[in-house]
Amino acid sequence: MTVQQLIDALSLTVFSLSDPQRQVTGGYAGDLLSWVMGRAQSGDMWLTIMSNQNVAAVALMADVACVILTEGVQPDPTLLSRAQEKGVNLLGTPESTFTAAGRMGALLA
Amino acid sequence: METIKLIYPVEGGDLIEAGEASSKMKLTLKKLGLPQDIIRKASICMYEGEINMVIHADGGQAEVEVDMNQITIRMIDSGPGIPDVEKAMQEGFSTAGPTARELGFGAGMGLPNMKRYSDDLTIDTTVGKGTTVTVIIKIPQ
Repeated sequence: MTVQQLIDALSLTVFSLSDPQRQVTGGYAGDLLSWVMGRAQSGDMWLTIMSNQNVAAVALMADVACVILTEGVQPDPTLLSRAQEKGVNLLGTPESTFTAAGRMGALLA
Repeated sequence: METIKLIYPVEGGDLIEAGEASSKMKLTLKKLGLPQDIIRKASICMYEGEINMVIHADGGQAEVEVDMNQITIRMIDSGPGIPDVEKAMQEGFSTAGPTARELGFGAGMGLPNMKRYSDDLTIDTTVGKGTTVTVIIKIPQ
């Protein structure tokens, strides 16, 4: 499924979207950035409550398909501008990480 | 392909700015047409190295060499050195301070991740003088 299809299916908030056609092939949830870099796979949707600028760098290096800020977390202004500048798909949902991961996992199954 | 040498300064102090050197290297590797998974491995290694240099050593320099067979990344700093390399290689061991932890770092995964994503990792460190971490990522032929 593409990032755009994921947005449509779950009514996600779009903070920054540079590659809506990117394929989402899996998912990872986590807030410790190095842990995420060690475990997340290329093409994952990454669910996190971290909202600082480093999230954009981690998303870029780990080559995830998109970042989804859960629990209604808003991106720091520096994260937003960095995501736009670097072409990171940055989305959001008011749902908890647990609920969002459950719904998204079901979509990919 | 001739050997390509790239040098990136890594600014110390501000963790929030870390990632600039890695982003630039990633773009260059893309332009060279290297496979995506190789670029990803190199980018993660470089970023972890950058974070380490900012947290522990007030910055340093990254030297990257690319040839037909491999990418070599040398992260060179003049920081405090690593007293116990074996401990530093353990997942979960970290000496990072509260600021790094608040930003989501300091999970003790930096060096382990560099090992995970590279084909070879060597650490040359002297307490009080500095550390050079070298990672090699082989390019499948």
